[in-house]
Amino acid sequence: MIQEKDINEQIEWAKINADVMRSLENPRMAYWVAVIICLLMISCAVVAEIYQYNVGMGVAGLNNPHMWDLYIATFVFWIGMSHSGTLLSAILHIIHADWRKPIYRFAEAMTTFSLMTAGLFPIIHLGRVWNLYWVLPYVSDRGIWPNFRSPLSWDAFAISTYLSASMVFLYIGMIPDLAICRDSARGWRKKLYTVLSLGWRGDDRQWRNFRKTYLLLACFLIPLAVSVHSIVSADFAMSIMPGWHVTAFPPYFVAGALYSGCAAIITLFVLLRYFFRFEEYMTLPIMEKTAKLTFAIAMVWTYLTLIEFASTWYGHNMYDKEVLIAKATGPYAWVFWTMLFCGSVVPFALAFKRLRRHMPTMFVVSLLLNLGMYFERWMIVAPTLSLAHEPHQWNVMWGSIVQWAIVFGSFGWFGLLFLIFVKVFPSVSMYEVKEMIFHRRHHKDLVEIMEEHEAAMHHRKGGDKPGLEGA
Amino acid sequence: MSLKNILENWSAYRKGAEEGGHHQYEHQWGMAIDLDLCIGCNACSTACYAENNLAVVGPEKFAKNQGMYWMRIERYWDQMDEEFSEQGASFLPMLCQNCHAATCEPVCPVAATYHTPDGLNAQVYNRCIGSRYCSNNCPYRVRYFNFYSYYESSWPAPLHMQLNPDITVRDKGVMEKCTFCVQRIREAKDKAKMENRSVRDGDVVTACAQACPTQAIVFGDTMDPESRVAKLWRKHQVHRGPYTQRKPKTDPELRGYRIFEELNVDPSIMYLERVREEV
Repeated sequence: MIQEKDINEQIEWAKINADVMRSLENPRMAYWVAVIICLLMISCAVVAEIYQYNVGMGVAGLNNPHMWDLYIATFVFWIGMSHSGTLLSAILHIIHADWRKPIYRFAEAMTTFSLMTAGLFPIIHLGRVWNLYWVLPYVSDRGIWPNFRSPLSWDAFAISTYLSASMVFLYIGMIPDLAICRDSARGWRKKLYTVLSLGWRGDDRQWRNFRKTYLLLACFLIPLAVSVHSIVSADFAMSIMPGWHVTAFPPYFVAGALYSGCAAIITLFVLLRYFFRFEEYMTLPIMEKTAKLTFAIAMVWTYLTLIEFASTWYGHNMYDKEVLIAKATGPYAWVFWTMLFCGSVVPFALAFKRLRRHMPTMFVVSLLLNLGMYFERWMIVAPTLSLAHEPHQWNVMWGSIVQWAIVFGSFGWFGLLFLIFVKVFPSVSMYEVKEMIFHRRHHKDLVEIMEEHEAAMHHRKGGDKPGLEGA
Repeated sequence: MSLKNILENWSAYRKGAEEGGHHQYEHQWGMAIDLDLCIGCNACSTACYAENNLAVVGPEKFAKNQGMYWMRIERYWDQMDEEFSEQGASFLPMLCQNCHAATCEPVCPVAATYHTPDGLNAQVYNRCIGSRYCSNNCPYRVRYFNFYSYYESSWPAPLHMQLNPDITVRDKGVMEKCTFCVQRIREAKDKAKMENRSVRDGDVVTACAQACPTQAIVFGDTMDPESRVAKLWRKHQVHRGPYTQRKPKTDPELRGYRIFEELNVDPSIMYLERVREEV
């Protein structure tokens, strides 16, 4: 079996540097257009938020059963988006999947920026934003503490921990690259990279300490990533409401998070590959591997979704069942079925090799997957509230223009942060691509070793197939 | 409290709501509402508006379900093919049930809602940051949020003169709900303390109970065995504590029940079923 190489193993070190550094320079027209679009989107949200701040939460269209709506759904969406950066950079780092190396940097940046976007939503959604700091356990001479039983205060701790940890992880992993940038930069960039690269000379001791720190942070980040989305799911699972009070929510949320994150990685992969001409680094085999990973997670998510429906259906809790039926047949049915179509049917496109290698298809598919995941979060929040226990308060609400404007603007905010990142920091990890190529040049692929081993075994046994029993 | 003590006597520190949780109750205010006496006149609701400075939000916001009615009369009709369709709507006065295992309390991130030694489910307006989690987690949906500022639109001069000075006017971004007229409870307790006695049954009457023309609402301390409300609870064999699958009531005189009792929230309001007869 001849396997296609993940990356051209004959690239010169200098070419890698030059290719990646080129992405930092001379933004083209398309870049400025994108920046302006993002700024316009943000200004929509800012205007809406100022209006909401001054007038009250009522302008968002919220009402008595619908105390939460798109703000919380969008919050969960962005938190979810942040998970695959950690998956790629930390989990795949620990299991030595080196194909992650050319693409993990922007995924890790995506983690940080989507957390920075997600963190805005609980703030936007608070009735009295100016008292936000009350959820933090600061020392007060009145001896008042937050309520440690509330999942919302756990959220505050979990998200701030995850955000700071992932920012440190992103930064630490970038130090050797920042030193490369420092060595060839001029002007303000020179100053910036000099400060940020912390005097990196690349000597042996520095590399040793760097490896240890990086591994330690990776190990620290993995349980954080799992706990953050479990805690976000606790906002729902710890409540008593039908459709929220689901024991399986923590793994379901984590799976959904990895899913939407992987889809977002594909989206950004295609964009960066196209705009920065990273074809040599973000190669088709790596895209294929990412797509396969996404497909696997999509199937896990589908399985957990079906589990949730089945446990609700066979649980025979009148309220839960009613909400489930209403999701499928009620006013939100079109959202619900779009979610299932995008989340469980569209990923089958990833099963076809030809589609996996076709960038425009992958771009559209990844956007559809994320649309499904957005709708999933919406379908967790809204139908439960619209059809909870008390029939007198049943109500259907679609959210006002203010709410949609803020949700819309959050995409602009994320986009702007990402656009700034790709022009200031190297979005492909130069030193790790070199490492990857170095290792591949000097070591046989595990598959090759296995094949050779198998051929040898085959030869010795004289053609008998190895039996399964007694293995 | 050493760690060893906690580890060895761990269960001694766990008390369920049925044992009073972590409270040493002085009172357990409660109600009995007789649905057979309720005529759906909305006097209780109106009295509540007057007593508790409830904002009048206007028709548009009310239609959007943004109203602030702590006490609401819910109307239900039997389906046409069922037996009592001729008897019109049934009314259900719905207010905060002041649950003893309230689902709204543990979820508030800043502990703005908590349980008082009076058995009340208190809401501290000043502490509320408006996360609205409590309302989401209330199965009765009796928590109302100030979606807007109402003090200018709701009480234009001279209407502000009618505001009850014993209770605040809430601003936008704050959750509020029925308090069992906590200001009246406070006043009665203070008076009893001045007279060096305990609070007697009848010292506290909530605005809704006071306004009810048919006296369908009885309010009192369910911990005082001689109070009217405690006698009614006993008479209809409704008890505090967690839900147990009781035998179906065969005696038609036993009309007492608590709404959503199976959710185990231990509500403080007993309802008495409407008596239905074949016409």
